[in-house]
Amino acid sequence: MVKVMVYPPTSMILADLVERKGHEALVVSKEVRKKVVTPGLDSPPLNMTPEDPKKGLKYAAVDVPSGVRGRMSLLGPMIEEAEAAIVIKGDDCTLGCTGCARTNELTRFLLKTKRIPLLELEYPEDEFQAKRFVFKIREFLEGLS
Amino acid sequence: MRSTKYVVTSQDSDVLPSDIALRIYEIGREINVKETCFGVIIDGEEEDISATVEEVRKMDENNIFIKDRGFPPGDPRRCRAHRGGGARPGFYMMERESDILPLISRGLESEARGEEPPSGVETKRRPSLEELEAMINEEFS
Repeated sequence: MVKVMVYPPTSMILADLVERKGHEALVVSKEVRKKVVTPGLDSPPLNMTPEDPKKGLKYAAVDVPSGVRGRMSLLGPMIEEAEAAIVIKGDDCTLGCTGCARTNELTRFLLKTKRIPLLELEYPEDEFQAKRFVFKIREFLEGLS
Repeated sequence: MRSTKYVVTSQDSDVLPSDIALRIYEIGREINVKETCFGVIIDGEEEDISATVEEVRKMDENNIFIKDRGFPPGDPRRCRAHRGGGARPGFYMMERESDILPLISRGLESEARGEEPPSGVETKRRPSLEELEAMINEEFS
């Protein structure tokens, strides 16, 4: 079983396809879960402690907005843990809490420079593309084991 | 450790959220089930959840998608009833992906039948400068 980071880190489709093939999908909700069950964290909707932006300093400089560092405090450990990655190209799919363009650039950059098996795709827009999308992911995941 | 998951059905699926909820009750594990418009949210001990997820997936293998959720169902930090309404954070991503779930389901069905992906269909992309120049020359010269 290989730890596969999916990007966008909230993607249901990618996480599901990875787990169907018996690998572990690294998704941000698992990191959020760790914080949710931590006693004393009661600052909704940020769900951060003052320590988190400091952890993010490992990945982004101090003059980078604290939002980027805060997000990197969640995503950074996932990137370090990842043994492979599946990345969706294009930013139209990064919405809500993943809608920070600078964090997204930094995440993709760190994944590319980590030199792990990486698959870059776009979300399908028709049935033919969807078949190729599923096929490429299956091929990639089977190649990992 | 407790775990929470979304079970989402594709628009092509004949399985209703209530069918999934009933199946989970039939299985009889200690799991909280919350029915929603897109599927169900299940919460329980990690081993129970992972075993249940496998059984739920069998109901419609290609049309049921499963995703982890950070917050337990009804958590006041996320629950709309406590926050005064509005879409919860994370809804937009699910809405975006729900649109293409039927396509992914068809891709999975085609994979299950052992079909090869269509190779002749090129993904739409913008022509490069050289290609554009060649097209203009071909058209107007």
